[in-house]
Amino acid sequence: MKILNSWLNDFGEFGNDAEKLSAAMTSLGLAVESVTIVGTPVKGVVVAKVLRTERHPDAEKVHRVYVDAGDGKELHIWCGAFNMKPGDLIPLATLGTTMPDGRVITPRGILGVESHGMLCSGTELGLMADSDGILILPNDLKLGSDLFSALGIKSDCVFDLDVTRNRPDCNGYLGVARDLGAHLGVKVVSPSGDKTKKGPGRSMKVTIADKDRCARYNMTVMSGVVVGESPTWIARRLTNCGMRPINNVVDASNLVMLELNQPTHAFDAEKVNNGFKIRCARPKETLLTLDDQVRQLETTDLLICDGKDTPIGLAGVMGGASTEISKQTTTVALETAWFEASGVAQTATRLGLKSEASMRFERGVDPHGIDHAVSRFASLLRESCPNLVVHGGGADIKEKTLAPKQKIVNLRVSQVTRILGTKLSPKAISAMLAKIGFVTKSTSSTKSATIKVAVPSWRPDCETEIDLIEEIARHYGYENLGKIVPQSTMHGRLSTVQQRRRDIHELVLSMGLSEAMPNPFLAPGDLVKSGLLEDNAIRLANPLVYEESVLRTSLRPGLLKAITFNLSHRASNILLFELGHVYPAGSKDSADGLPDEYESLCLVAVGETSALALDWWSQLSSVMGFGAQLDQTSVESGYHPKRSAMLRRGKQVLGCVGEIDPRVLAHNQINTSVACLELNLSVLLVETPKVVTAKPVSRFPRSDFDLAFSVPNSQTAGAVLKALRQAGGSELVDLELFDVYRGAGLPADCRSVTFRLCLQASDRTLTDAEVTAIRQKCLDAAAKLGAQLRN
Amino acid sequence: MSEAIQSAKDSAMLAIKNAADLAGLRVLSADLNKKDSPLNSFKSEMGKLASVEDKRSIGQMLNAAATEIAAALETRSSEFADNEIAARIASESLDLTELLVQRRRGHSHIVTQATQRLEDVFIGLGFQIAEGPEVETDFNNFEALNMPKSHPARSEFDTMFLEYGEPGSVLLRTHTSPVQIRVMKSWKPPIYAIMPGRVFRRDTPDATHMPVFHQIEGLVIDRGITFAHLAGTIESFTKAFFGSEFTSRLRPSFFPFTEPSAEFDIRRADGEWIELGGCGMVHPNVLISGGIDPEEFSGFAFGFGIDRMAKERHKVEDIREMYTNDLRFLRQF
Repeated sequence: MKILNSWLNDFGEFGNDAEKLSAAMTSLGLAVESVTIVGTPVKGVVVAKVLRTERHPDAEKVHRVYVDAGDGKELHIWCGAFNMKPGDLIPLATLGTTMPDGRVITPRGILGVESHGMLCSGTELGLMADSDGILILPNDLKLGSDLFSALGIKSDCVFDLDVTRNRPDCNGYLGVARDLGAHLGVKVVSPSGDKTKKGPGRSMKVTIADKDRCARYNMTVMSGVVVGESPTWIARRLTNCGMRPINNVVDASNLVMLELNQPTHAFDAEKVNNGFKIRCARPKETLLTLDDQVRQLETTDLLICDGKDTPIGLAGVMGGASTEISKQTTTVALETAWFEASGVAQTATRLGLKSEASMRFERGVDPHGIDHAVSRFASLLRESCPNLVVHGGGADIKEKTLAPKQKIVNLRVSQVTRILGTKLSPKAISAMLAKIGFVTKSTSSTKSATIKVAVPSWRPDCETEIDLIEEIARHYGYENLGKIVPQSTMHGRLSTVQQRRRDIHELVLSMGLSEAMPNPFLAPGDLVKSGLLEDNAIRLANPLVYEESVLRTSLRPGLLKAITFNLSHRASNILLFELGHVYPAGSKDSADGLPDEYESLCLVAVGETSALALDWWSQLSSVMGFGAQLDQTSVESGYHPKRSAMLRRGKQVLGCVGEIDPRVLAHNQINTSVACLELNLSVLLVETPKVVTAKPVSRFPRSDFDLAFSVPNSQTAGAVLKALRQAGGSELVDLELFDVYRGAGLPADCRSVTFRLCLQASDRTLTDAEVTAIRQKCLDAAAKLGAQLRN
Repeated sequence: MSEAIQSAKDSAMLAIKNAADLAGLRVLSADLNKKDSPLNSFKSEMGKLASVEDKRSIGQMLNAAATEIAAALETRSSEFADNEIAARIASESLDLTELLVQRRRGHSHIVTQATQRLEDVFIGLGFQIAEGPEVETDFNNFEALNMPKSHPARSEFDTMFLEYGEPGSVLLRTHTSPVQIRVMKSWKPPIYAIMPGRVFRRDTPDATHMPVFHQIEGLVIDRGITFAHLAGTIESFTKAFFGSEFTSRLRPSFFPFTEPSAEFDIRRADGEWIELGGCGMVHPNVLISGGIDPEEFSGFAFGFGIDRMAKERHKVEDIREMYTNDLRFLRQF
């Protein structure tokens, strides 16, 4: 909503201190997006009269205009606009004038003929946002006078307000003025309506079929209309508020809308057949709207039809072409109505016809401001149509659904204190509310006082006690409510999960990996390219683009893309990780109806092998206090089938470790190995590591020895390790695989695996016999797995 | 005899002094300690001396010579040891600049850095951190937050819906506010919580917008919580996070889930105001959705974007750069 300072002053004596007004609006919640100065007088522009115009045979796009600037001399001007005729008064920028855009007017002409100045358009003078041709001035101005003083134009200020949804009244000057008036102590008056006596009755039959959608409908007939241009002041106000002047009828309608937040629609009365009917559209009905588009209607669209039931307008959204005002129009039927908000919103959204009018109906207009709006329209149109007759009769239907002029809301004074933290007396509250037109009646003066507040119909947003408390806070001033730091009764800390997440994050960083945040939206096919299934991926119903229409079920595709990107930029040491959510579909009957979203961690390193991935895992597992078995029997798809393993803990799958499948690498244009570790954090984070109970350190000697086995390739080293651990019993305090050797001196399909064992008892020195016995047990257990001790 | 002893001692001392290395010294030491070494041989000759006096003086002389030789051996030996270690140290010279490895710590994403800093400040103010899923129900994201199905404000959120469950029932949360509802339901007041996380809007990416971004939200619900507590918390956060030279202000605004609602701005030391986020007293309808009696408890909520904070802190020109995962970008921070 654009508020012009001078126009605002029509509603009260607000003055011209832009900074003060801007601050006042801000503190009331009328956010000022920008403040623009318009209409700054341009020195050197005078009122001149067109004497005659002349074409030049060698100049097609310009003509010669001879003007008199008040001293009787004939001045010659080249001009590119052709909209003037002899006798018209026009603005002349004399030689030496500096235009608002910085241009200085010089005598430089064309074809060797000089120009004695420049004729100006409204836009060039900074008077209008948009204009066609040279500004034609009112005929009563004095020739040669300074244009800006002759027109009474002073520099003005436009405040562009971001009006919040809860303040429909502030989509009109009156609402803004009321709020500001209350804040600044300025008396506010609405601009006067039409004072001329009503003409003879001209009845207009109106029936409302869908009463829920239209609570009030006023139809007033006005004759004696001469369609033409609006007076300059109206055109200027509209342009300064971002609206284009069209003709005096439409402009008057728009001006009323800006002033009073009440849209109106003028029909050419002679083109309307037999009155009006307001009803919802029937299936397959169509309407040719003002913009010459055929609109396919739906049964939720509210229509204005003529008496013969033919649609002639979309209620609150756009008029029809058949009854449009034209140059020939002499009688208008002015519709001023209250249409239900969500219906207008739905139609306007569906048809993409959001307009200043539909926006206002959507937010809410005052159904009891209609009479004043009609009268104001007439007074504005009368300025350009002196013979205007506003006929009595017409129609003004008020349905039972019409909101009352005032709605009573109870306000407990104690609640004001409880929410705002400032004690306010019932008297102070009433006084504040009265300033914005809320009439109050206090029921008692005791502590438990309740105030009955009559909320006026222009504030449909104020429905409950809390709405009133907000009004009080606004007008008391947020800055006056104090600042107190509450004493939290909670202990501020990270939860165990959050602390563990930070620990992991910290460790991964210290292992040299950098944190990526790839897009969680994938293109269809991205999962497959990463070796994953797409069956359990969820699609977006309304993606921005097709390439981002699938929700990820794994962090791998995003990181693979990041690798490809970085490789294409020849980055070295590509070590990346992501800690984020993935969203596979859940079972349809899950309690909350939501997918199986969980938090995942994925680490990748380009040019590295499973050895690094395993190193990551062992560091993470020690930080998390969390072990897992490596299971190579089957691995997660997308991983190298022979160089990866699932990380299992009982039946739980914690993740996968290893290398990316070479086929996946090829699909992603990665020509080197990629080490990868992926963990389901929802399992890892929630586990609370047990508190370890201290054991006394053994004071007895230890016995260390190595066992080298030749192990068949079909047997895992892990299995042998596990067998040794079990066989060693409690005296085997340390067991470590420390060497693997492949090569000469071994049976076929075998490799040598060497373990280092350490035996120790906590209560005695182990005897040689004991050590030998344990060693033998270990050898037997290994032999069962086909591992033979090497000599 | 005494002269002979003196000369034997002198020749031993000279030999010690002339020893070439530790090994030579060891041989010499062994020789000097032999029973038949020149000095030791005087001991056996002592019996031949007639007078007790002579025996005593020669004995003292021999002991003194032995002590002196032992000390000399010890000194010479440690000299050799010192030289040896000094020589080893010299030979072990290492150019550390050759060894300065390029392996560095990885880089935390600037959004994570900002989130953690924010979390830490609020923890200091007595808040705990609550989390919730990024895929949410329409109920938690809108309805419970005082935005029933037909609420016009919904259209401002540019929601991304999923093809999951009933059409329009499951969506990507448009703000972190649904976590408020989850917290209200699962914790009991008093609640002092912040809720950071990823949110989604159907916005075409540009220099200042991403469809996927991050917010942090705060929620306080307790007995006797007022608007002044909201303003106090914002002020206290402003000073703790941005610095004591910053101040804050609240100005009226509108959000369906709070009332009275406000925008909060912070003011830099140079006097410029910067818009930061939205806040307000939790709307009674929202408390009811969360199963909390609005007549018993009151509360406030606030929220703002994290990405913008990271962007401005590091003067990133285009927010999209933060999500290219370009190592050249990531490694700067």
